[in-house]
Amino acid sequence: MSFGYRGKSLELLNKYGVNVGDKIFVKTNRACFSGILMPRSEIGDDKHIVIKLEDGYNIGLSISSIIDIEKIPQETPSKIIQPSIKSIPNLPNVAIISTGGTIASRIDYRTGAVSPALSAQDLYQSIPELGEIANIRTEILLSLLSENMLPKYWTMMAKSIKNHIEKGVEGIVLTHGTDTMGYTAAALSFSLRNLPIPVILVGSQRSSDRPSSDAYFNLKAAVLTAAKAPFAEVGVLMHSSISDDELIVHRGTRVRKMHTSRRDAFQSINSKPLAKIRNGNIEVYKPYKERGGSLELKADFNDKVVLIKCFPGMPLEIFNFLIERGYRGIVLEGTGLGHAPEYIFPYIKEAIDNGIAVVMTSQCLFGRVNMNVYSTGRILLSMGVIPGEDMLPETALVKLMWVLAQTNDLNEIKKLMLSNIAGEISERSEYGGSIL
Amino acid sequence: MRVGIEIHQQLDTKNKLFCNCSTILREDPPHFIVIRKLRPVTSELGEVDQAALFESEKQKIFQYQGYVDSTCLVELDEEPPHEINKDAVMISLTVAKMLNMIIVDEIHVMRKIVIDGSNTTGFQRTAKIALDGWIDDEEGRVSIKSLCLEEDSARKISEGPDYVVYRLDRLGIPLIEISTGPDIRSGDQARRVALKLGRILKATGMVKRGLGTIRQDLNISIEGGARVEIKGVQELGLISTVVNYEALRQKNLIEIAEELRRRNAYASEELFDVTEIFSLTTSKIIKKELIAGGKVFAIILHGFADILRKDIQPGRRFGTELSDYAKVYGGIGGIFHTDELPAYGISEDEVRALRNKLNANSMDCIVIAAGEPQSCKRALLAVVRRANQALLGVPAEVRAANPDGTTHFMRPMPGAARMYPETDIPSMVITEDILNKIKLPELLELKIKRFIEGYGLSPDLASLIIESPYSSTFEELVNNYKIDPSFVASTFEYTFRMLRREGVDVDSFDKNQILELFLRINKGDFAKEALPNILRWLSNNKGKSIEDAINALSLTRVDISIIRDSARKIVEENMELIKREGEHSLKKLMGDLMKLYRGKIDGKIIYEILREEILKKLA
Ligand SMILES: [Zn+2]
Repeated sequence: MSFGYRGKSLELLNKYGVNVGDKIFVKTNRACFSGILMPRSEIGDDKHIVIKLEDGYNIGLSISSIIDIEKIPQETPSKIIQPSIKSIPNLPNVAIISTGGTIASRIDYRTGAVSPALSAQDLYQSIPELGEIANIRTEILLSLLSENMLPKYWTMMAKSIKNHIEKGVEGIVLTHGTDTMGYTAAALSFSLRNLPIPVILVGSQRSSDRPSSDAYFNLKAAVLTAAKAPFAEVGVLMHSSISDDELIVHRGTRVRKMHTSRRDAFQSINSKPLAKIRNGNIEVYKPYKERGGSLELKADFNDKVVLIKCFPGMPLEIFNFLIERGYRGIVLEGTGLGHAPEYIFPYIKEAIDNGIAVVMTSQCLFGRVNMNVYSTGRILLSMGVIPGEDMLPETALVKLMWVLAQTNDLNEIKKLMLSNIAGEISERSEYGGSIL
Repeated sequence: MRVGIEIHQQLDTKNKLFCNCSTILREDPPHFIVIRKLRPVTSELGEVDQAALFESEKQKIFQYQGYVDSTCLVELDEEPPHEINKDAVMISLTVAKMLNMIIVDEIHVMRKIVIDGSNTTGFQRTAKIALDGWIDDEEGRVSIKSLCLEEDSARKISEGPDYVVYRLDRLGIPLIEISTGPDIRSGDQARRVALKLGRILKATGMVKRGLGTIRQDLNISIEGGARVEIKGVQELGLISTVVNYEALRQKNLIEIAEELRRRNAYASEELFDVTEIFSLTTSKIIKKELIAGGKVFAIILHGFADILRKDIQPGRRFGTELSDYAKVYGGIGGIFHTDELPAYGISEDEVRALRNKLNANSMDCIVIAAGEPQSCKRALLAVVRRANQALLGVPAEVRAANPDGTTHFMRPMPGAARMYPETDIPSMVITEDILNKIKLPELLELKIKRFIEGYGLSPDLASLIIESPYSSTFEELVNNYKIDPSFVASTFEYTFRMLRREGVDVDSFDKNQILELFLRINKGDFAKEALPNILRWLSNNKGKSIEDAINALSLTRVDISIIRDSARKIVEENMELIKREGEHSLKKLMGDLMKLYRGKIDGKIIYEILREEILKKLA
């Protein structure tokens, strides 16, 4: 492993036969330094090496100044201390499925390396309180950055959840990178029909290698919710504000990441959340599906679907491409009540005539599309564009993928898209919307 | 004796180290409050330490006060840090060069774990800029081990047993940390080195001034003692006292250790509930605690009699050391011990009852604490620990300076700093180009010499003006416009200071306005003495010109011949006095004449005219 070293710097390290983690003595034309050779960031140049000085600081040394490097023998680091796991009887069983990122981390302060703590044992060690809430079983299903998520992984997750349910758990926690957590939440909401227990997706906005990470607070609450909540739905659990005092569980089909970096980035849109958690108490909001029933898995997705934002000057060629390449569905993120520039109308018509399902949502996010108010909307409806009601564009995308895996019949597709399957559509637009 | 100094100096940059907020402290009510908890991240090593840390801080809730317009999501740990402030890096590099240090080729920002809540992230961002330098001192060269650029922490506003309130305004202000090697040998040398480092920092013209902008920590050990870190020495003048008092403390503790070992002394962990003994006590403190539902506990220190009353620093006894531990670990007000009893309302009978109950002999000392039982237990067990340490000598610990130069216990010496790389900030290569841009400022020692010799300033005035923000304006006025250096310097340093105290906004005058004032005085448009009044008037009448001020204050120029006429008149009227007192009469008559022309013309000119007239009569 080159640990980020390449080109000239890697050559130099090879020349002196030193490796990352070695204690070395470096002589340069200005001074001598001793420390541990550290990994280099992949974005760094190939003109420097990084060493950790005795006092813990890292510094970069220019390789052009280096005259000699010597390896210093060092004692082997002490062994990892593993606490024993005590299983308390009569606690609910909760499965934690990890899909990537780190729920909890461990830091080697000697080298600065951060390693994920994923096994049940690691978790108990990092968050001992978990053992007081539930008996934990863990599964490392995927190791993904969530931006690399694919619909086939949703299927994998749904199957894994089914497995755990069959083995008998009171709830499931699924850890997920935050970038695409909303999409996965929607996908699982549609896939897990007649879900008997809560499935809680949880992530963190501050990496778990820092003492201020939201990962611990979120994960603890997620396990509690999975174990104790009365609802059996797919939820996304994150901070409700930037304070570490309250958490919120959003309904899987109604949640959207609305901030790049804040802890409370996730918000419910056009819907109340499922629950709030404060001081270990779960306060739930009706209506919700209660626990019980037997799971029916419908976890296939047709990924020949796109989401297109309408904007002034949007190009026409997109539609030609989609028709030619055999795409089956288009979700438009229209302007306002669900509008698109008139010059694309012929192309939309052509798409529909080619059997492509076209669904209209709104880039306003908040509110419902209504295509009867203006003539452009009425024309789109008459062409066969399906109005997406108050569905989030991303939820409509996932739903259309799910629907297209079941049928190609445009009438059937329309019927499914317009019915509320997993809380993604509401009949009434309530005053206050998502505000409690 | 070995002493090392660590100096923390805030930089006067426009923005903070990792965001674009301004570097100002605020006293107006905060706009919002955020509540947080921190938990230490587990490591592969030292789990025990970690666990202890966790237990101690677990319950704490941190409240952060912020301002919409001067603290942002970065301070709140709600947004990744921006790139490192380049101005702050340049200042650090300048200081590093002035300290003859080796500058690193590439700067790496680190995260130093700090979980007392003073950083919202749970770590302080810090970067090593340079190492291995030196400065010269009359007692020999002192090595400079390290120069780091780091973010200042949040300001503690208040705290309770389970919460701490911090203000975010200070968090992220760039801070330079300079550490010397343990090469300093005396308190005086420590003061000199601190002064010199302070002057070097000030010479950059880019450091903050005022209370709290520079903090000095001292590392002190004596032969047979231990390394003790003393925090928060704010005044330079106190440094040598702190060093000497600490050397004295360590010497006394070593003597106490020898004596305790000779006596085979030891402290026992057994706790006694002695509430019963004090049920009818006249001690107000104990009575108050008992009414509040508290109890009284006691422990016995075998063979410690008379040791607790031994002075170890002026006004501080060994008992005070134990009491510090009780306060820090138990959060209680203090302890009582039999070396000082009966006293404080505790009677001889109560002391006798105590001795009986604990089976103590005359060589033993009993320590009691009153209050909430858990707090008392924690406090007394800490006392036992500290007492047993006393047999070994000086414990390595962190102490805080008191205003009189003595110190009190703060916390045990932390283990090695837990550091790991700040992956959100790219490393920064220090290129030739950057190094070439460093401009070394004139050292203040050389500058003061130049000001005294070159401008004829008094040493006092010179030392003030060289560190003044008006330093460069002074040189410009004096060199380009031939204005009297002493007058310019004393205007900036004395007159301005006086007016500032009155609330006059002198620092808002622009350079051209100041220049015009001096030039008009040179021309004789008005007298030097009128300057304060003009400045006052201008500050109250913003936007008006100097001409307006002169007219409004009726300072229009008076013809010399008119003054001479007045002088002659006064001389004529006072011939008797002049004949009687000769030249001494000048002083008295000067007063009369000044009443007429004060502020309108330079007093020196009036004086000269009057003197001439008097001498004429006497001739
Ligand atoms: Zn900021």
